[in-house]
Amino acid sequence: MTTSSTEPTPVPHHLGEILVEARGIEKYFGDHHVLRGVDLDVHRREAVMIIGRSGSGKTTLLRCLNFLEEPTVGYVEIDGLRVDAQPLKQRSRGHQEQIRQIRLRAAMLFQEFALFPHMTVLGNCIEAPLRVRGIPKDEATALAERFLAKVGLVDKRNEYPARLSGGQKQRAAIARALCMEPKLLLFDEPTSALDPELIGEVLNVMEELAHEGTTMIVVTHEMHFAREAADRVVFMDEGQLIEQGPPEQVLNDPNDERTRNFLRRFLEV
Amino acid sequence: MTNLALGERRPAILPAIEAAIRRRRFWFRFQYAAVWGVLIGFLLLVLWLTDNLDIPWIAEWGPFIVGGAWTTILVCVVSMVLATSLAVIGSIARLSRSAIASGVSGLYVSLVRGTPLLVQIYFMYLALPQVGIRLDALHAGILALGFNYGAYMTEIFRAGIQAVPRAQREAAESLGMPERTVMRRVVLPQAVRIVIPAIGNDFVAMIKDSALISAISVGELLWRANAVGNRNFRTLQALLIAAAIYWALTIIFSFFQERLERRMARGDR
Repeated sequence: MTTSSTEPTPVPHHLGEILVEARGIEKYFGDHHVLRGVDLDVHRREAVMIIGRSGSGKTTLLRCLNFLEEPTVGYVEIDGLRVDAQPLKQRSRGHQEQIRQIRLRAAMLFQEFALFPHMTVLGNCIEAPLRVRGIPKDEATALAERFLAKVGLVDKRNEYPARLSGGQKQRAAIARALCMEPKLLLFDEPTSALDPELIGEVLNVMEELAHEGTTMIVVTHEMHFAREAADRVVFMDEGQLIEQGPPEQVLNDPNDERTRNFLRRFLEV
Repeated sequence: MTNLALGERRPAILPAIEAAIRRRRFWFRFQYAAVWGVLIGFLLLVLWLTDNLDIPWIAEWGPFIVGGAWTTILVCVVSMVLATSLAVIGSIARLSRSAIASGVSGLYVSLVRGTPLLVQIYFMYLALPQVGIRLDALHAGILALGFNYGAYMTEIFRAGIQAVPRAQREAAESLGMPERTVMRRVVLPQAVRIVIPAIGNDFVAMIKDSALISAISVGELLWRANAVGNRNFRTLQALLIAAAIYWALTIIFSFFQERLERRMARGDR
């Protein structure tokens, strides 16, 4: 089986040095071999989109990057902090603290938004800055307002999530993640739970972030969005990175048979 | 409604239908209240005819019995505070990864749920002195009720905590919150909302179960009714007064509980 994942791809000039380095990531759920040795480098200011069939391991890979799933084997290094997979020491204090530090660098956005329903939009945004970063309330509020403005939700700051549309919820979740000023954002199918007419507003915010140079890794089924906003598209199948490269190449002129099959079937639907 | 907005004419029969619905609803409520009135009136009539409705006696001793309601309420409120505290600690311990914490909590729940409340009340008041712990009846009663309900509520809280979606925990963790903060700021507040109806039911049940502590001569509602009823050979009346007060207390509390639930439901999900 050929893995072109480690082949060096030319780095576009606007990208910085390597921010994320994942090596030899394997993940078993019981006997189920979900990730079969994944290596992934992400540069600063790069937007990487991961595509592939459901069940190909995209989401698991993303969750392994910030240890919401502990990889079985491998390591993840983000911004100089390397955390090795230690499935046997998952609960040790030192490992937990390392994982927390990784998460401060890589914030995750979820399909189902996961806003805290008992807090207002502003409350959602300032909670972690107050309690984790320990910054004073007025500063946290100013920070939150800045990012809420960025996602276009300043006027909803005092609403509870229940009163927001799905698109607004996801944008609020993005603002909440940005308030921690992470080094990169991980998006796990951020628009899959949205009504079609609400997808655009979320993708617009994400595209804007990408163009501003926010480092992000996005698991998505939105091919059009990947074409517009990605610096690199990665195709995954059966727990491996099959092919990666600039969007026009991977999406228009894929090298691998499996990528071609996936795209053909995807476009037929 | 949209038809109205378009200025369409309402069919002439509409007001008649609405009036009929209103009439039917009013008639239903009237009959409902009348049934209660007639049945309760009939009961009082029987009492009067059998010479069991001694108004001067009620005027003399009624206030004394009613005074016991304050003790009942005091006991219930204090026991409930104790039970809730035990339940929060118990449920967190039960769900903890520590086998010791989980074991202690599990034994507590099993033991308390597997033995009669009356036995527990006797235990606190009659058995503990043999190991040198002497409690007066009121304290023993409160402790017994609190421990008993704490065990049942531990299970309620455990279910409530488990009912908080996993994504909530993951979202909090991926914002870098330490475990303790995740529990205190994200999981517990949502669990409390989930368990409030069940806790309200428990409080109503406790108002009634508190009658059991009359067995160790705590001067609450039932004890007072028994005392004056037996002394004056007016047992039937005394017990009816006590029953009526229990009934009234549960109705009053259920009313407040309903309002609280409606308030908590606001801004949720």
